[in-house]
Amino acid sequence: MPMLELNGITQIFGGVTALKDVSFSISEGDITGVIGPNGAGKTTLFNIVTGIYKQTNGKVIFEGKDISGLPAERLAALGMVRTFQNIELFGNMTVLENVMVGLHSRSRSGLFACSFKMPWAIREERTISEEALEWLRFVGIEELAKIEAGNLPFGRGRMLEIARAMACKPRLILMDEPAAGLNSKETLGLAELIRKIRDLGVTVVLVEHDMELVMDICDRIVVLNLGEKLTEGTPREIQENPEVIAAYLGDDE
Amino acid sequence: MNVLVFVGIHTLLAIALNLLLGYAGQISLGHAAFFGLGAYSSGILTATYSWNPWLAMLVTASVVASVAFVIGFPILKLKGHYLAMATLGLGIIVYILFNEWVDVTGGPSGFSGIPNLQIGSLIFDTDFKNYYLIWIFVLGCVLLSVNLANSRIGRAFRAIHDAETAARVMGVNARLLKVQVFALSAMICSIAGSLYAHVMTFIAPPSFGFNISIELLTMVVIGGLGSIYGSFLGALLLTTLPEFLRFMNDYDIVFYGGLLMVMTIFMPGGLVRGIPQLFRKIRGSGKDKGNANA
Repeated sequence: MPMLELNGITQIFGGVTALKDVSFSISEGDITGVIGPNGAGKTTLFNIVTGIYKQTNGKVIFEGKDISGLPAERLAALGMVRTFQNIELFGNMTVLENVMVGLHSRSRSGLFACSFKMPWAIREERTISEEALEWLRFVGIEELAKIEAGNLPFGRGRMLEIARAMACKPRLILMDEPAAGLNSKETLGLAELIRKIRDLGVTVVLVEHDMELVMDICDRIVVLNLGEKLTEGTPREIQENPEVIAAYLGDDE
Repeated sequence: MNVLVFVGIHTLLAIALNLLLGYAGQISLGHAAFFGLGAYSSGILTATYSWNPWLAMLVTASVVASVAFVIGFPILKLKGHYLAMATLGLGIIVYILFNEWVDVTGGPSGFSGIPNLQIGSLIFDTDFKNYYLIWIFVLGCVLLSVNLANSRIGRAFRAIHDAETAARVMGVNARLLKVQVFALSAMICSIAGSLYAHVMTFIAPPSFGFNISIELLTMVVIGGLGSIYGSFLGALLLTTLPEFLRFMNDYDIVFYGGLLMVMTIFMPGGLVRGIPQLFRKIRGSGKDKGNANA
């Protein structure tokens, strides 16, 4: 059974067809790259899979369960989480608190238990902060725990976003252009981190423009062009595919 | 003494609004409505129907919270200016209700004959006794609100405030939490209203009008958004200031307006963040930016 299965996804905004009948599946434990020129529909596809948009047509199946149309807040508990192209941090909260929000779906205490500091709420709070700190250590920014997230440099913010997503204990993580805005040293660190995440048994899907990174770390690649799936395959197959080269370089008819 | 009773009631109201606005980031320009509903409901139940005041307070608070919960679902779907307009409308509707439903509320001439609160043979009928009564409620409210603010729920509120989509992706049910904090906020206002009714024994619509909602908003902003202690500072300043400005007669409003402008320009983080910063500047060691969280 594939981890994630997309079945005939179509998205129409007004009169514009952003995605047309896109189908592919992602196997457990793989790092899969979704690539394509600007406007190919990659981010739209991510927004559909993660419940932010509702698709016009088609099905999203996650671990055998049809999750089409489920709202975003339900997916974290099911084991799917994402990061954003323009990092979306909770800017007025500390770095540690950001990761602590990542543990929201895995904790229970409600409004009353929290207000009255019930013993189980205190215990849960302690577990939350300990585990959050471990995730900061995992991405290597634990020394920044007390800093307000809005003051982080971009690269560190990216790491924080990944730590926050990992704190959900996902089985599938979708990263929207994780290397965008990173320098080459940071990108190398990112590649290593993504492999580390995969080694934890988490399936990774990334939309990415940095071809070097994609070819380096991905097991499989799906190519989108103008809202349709062009092809899919291993990095080697994709590199040698004339259609892909034409799509990227443009071909005159 | 009387002023301190009002500082207490205003602190309760400011904390209520701050939980909604400062933490969860949802504006309300009609919060005086919940304050008024609490006051009128407690007043009517005790004076007209001879209910026990404590029971009336409890029932009123639950009903107001439930009503807020139900209307919260459609209203809190709105964002920004639209939410401001909708809550403004809510405040105006409730205000008209107090004025026009003369048979029940007494209309513009007010509603009198509300009994004082009582525990056994202790009747809260003097400013001195009321002072203790109100401040016990304030302390309880501060304690519970600070606990809440520093918990996973408080973090979820702030996450919604900063980046709602990201919060939802982390599993935060933004829609439900917004409605919950709206209901909680309304409940605190309702309790403050009940206390107000029993302390004053007489209530009239102007105490729950649009200008009161705006005054509450001012307290929260001046004190510091997203700080429970800030709400106390804001309530303290805006409740006591008019007393000190009596000698200026009608011109106090000029001073008041000027202060607001100066505050928002020079202390955008409110008193709770601005005062420590000021002290640091005076000591000449402006090392790093001050942060106040509570």
